[in-house]
Amino acid sequence: MKQTLNEKQRWYWKKNITLILSLLVVWAIVAFGGAILFAEPLYHVRFLNVTLSYWIAHQGAILVFICLILIYALRMDKLDKKYKEIMNEGKME
Amino acid sequence: MSVEAITIILVLITFAIYTAIGWWSRVKDTSSFYVAGQNVPTVANGAAIAADWMSAASFISMAGLVAFLGYDGTIYLMGWTGGYVLLALLLAPYLRKFGKFTVPDFIGDRFYSNGARSVAAIATIFISLTYISGQMRGVGIVFSRYLQVDIVVGVLIGMAIVGFFALLGGMKGVTWTQAVQYFVIIIAFLIPAVAISLQLTGNPIPQLALTTSDIVDRLGQIQIDLGMTEYMAPPFTNLSMLNVFMVTLALMAGTAGLPHVIVRFYTVKSVRAARWSAVWAIIFIGLLYLTAPAVGAFAKYNLIDTIADKPIEEVQSIEWVSKWETTGLLQIDDQNGDGVINFTGGEDNEVVIDGDIIVLSTPEVANLAPFIIALVAAGGLAAALSTASGLLITMTSAVSHDIYYRIFNKSASEAQRLRVGRITLLVALAVAAYVGINPPGFAGEVVALAFGLGGAASLFPVILLGIFDKRMNKEGAVAGIITGLSFTLIMIGGNSFPPVDYWNRRTNS
Repeated sequence: MKQTLNEKQRWYWKKNITLILSLLVVWAIVAFGGAILFAEPLYHVRFLNVTLSYWIAHQGAILVFICLILIYALRMDKLDKKYKEIMNEGKME
Repeated sequence: MSVEAITIILVLITFAIYTAIGWWSRVKDTSSFYVAGQNVPTVANGAAIAADWMSAASFISMAGLVAFLGYDGTIYLMGWTGGYVLLALLLAPYLRKFGKFTVPDFIGDRFYSNGARSVAAIATIFISLTYISGQMRGVGIVFSRYLQVDIVVGVLIGMAIVGFFALLGGMKGVTWTQAVQYFVIIIAFLIPAVAISLQLTGNPIPQLALTTSDIVDRLGQIQIDLGMTEYMAPPFTNLSMLNVFMVTLALMAGTAGLPHVIVRFYTVKSVRAARWSAVWAIIFIGLLYLTAPAVGAFAKYNLIDTIADKPIEEVQSIEWVSKWETTGLLQIDDQNGDGVINFTGGEDNEVVIDGDIIVLSTPEVANLAPFIIALVAAGGLAAALSTASGLLITMTSAVSHDIYYRIFNKSASEAQRLRVGRITLLVALAVAAYVGINPPGFAGEVVALAFGLGGAASLFPVILLGIFDKRMNKEGAVAGIITGLSFTLIMIGGNSFPPVDYWNRRTNS
């Protein structure tokens, strides 16, 4: 592999930014979409024993937030491991 | 034994535990004082973050706010937790990697500017002082009810205790104490929630009982019967959609920019540990936040059920009613003289409830055992004290580290810095006690103000751009912080935030 240190770092940074942005898209859709902008249409949908938008606004969004932070930590661990492997390959050459 | 006696004993036991931990983990050097020697395991740090961040507002105020605001209470539920996502993904790992002591450290070093450093330090002090006054009100309420002392005495006792821990232990003592306080907080919140959930719905899991039982419909029905709007009123009945959108966004950015929470991420040993601390913290926080809407609904149901349309003499002979009435936070006044309490939320309303007593009074209203009532009081105190001590350390470091050491006396020895730190802490304590005795408002509202100041307006945008935008410079940073601070201070002066208007008249005693 003919990558300079800078290219590897750029690769890591790009992966990192993509991950953050995709998680934040979910964050925005759930919080601002599901619970606020589309709250009125979703109010007519029953979910469990309450309306869907009420559930999202009071519980669902919080559950999604927990998952987002967990996924971030897991994916970053994986990315760090891969980055280390690439760095080691570089050394062997 | 009376409820008050059990409460005092339980509170003394928890304080003894906090003191023991503070003593056991006391420190002698500045690194331990500010960031606990970067030696705290992730689970403990997660619990400490949760306790640091879940203040009197989350424990005492939030369920009440949600009960009164209905759907629109989501501004607090989503605003405060959603901001955590921003903090965990956008700030925490990078600030840990940067590896300094404080938020002004990052801003000063990132922009090579002592001007930016001092402006950030001033913003930090403003935010923390506003925030701490909300905590002190929480402490005052708990003491005035259960110890039957004046609010002023209550606040002074609280300040003495917080100051003792902070002086003794520094950040390390605070971290371990806060980790233990988290467990006091969550147990005190969950036990009554489970008991009341069983009582009202037969389901022991309050988070599920809220959505799977018919409690929301029942609450809606009795509210309609009394002439209020239904509990599950359509979204944006109390606040407009634009309002909910903007306040939620502001509270989210505010949560992410709180300096006393950010500094927590410096106390872990690696970037990876910072990410996992955030995971633990959101799980711990989520446990309380998922329960709060249930507690709000249950508490409101019980309260209405006990008070509304009952003869006034019968209600006023209930022990908890008279005790809360003496604090001034519950007012019942038979204005039309018919001997029956009107609880309608309209013109003929005869009950004024301060939202801050909803959680604290819940176990009494539901006739739970005195031990549980005492536990809730201890939990409320743990929530207020844990946050207050984190805030004190943050204010102290802004003065002694960022302003004294980094700007005025670069050759200051460790002992000198520690001494300046401790003096600052005493001054901050005195100011906080004063603000706590003369609070500008409701625990939850005051905290929301701090969030507006903090994150949304001054620190969050600067830190975010400082991390992700290469072109961001010191002129932009200073201008941004000053603009944000002035706008929020003008808003506080105009008294228009947060735009909360309860369905009944409420008073701030």
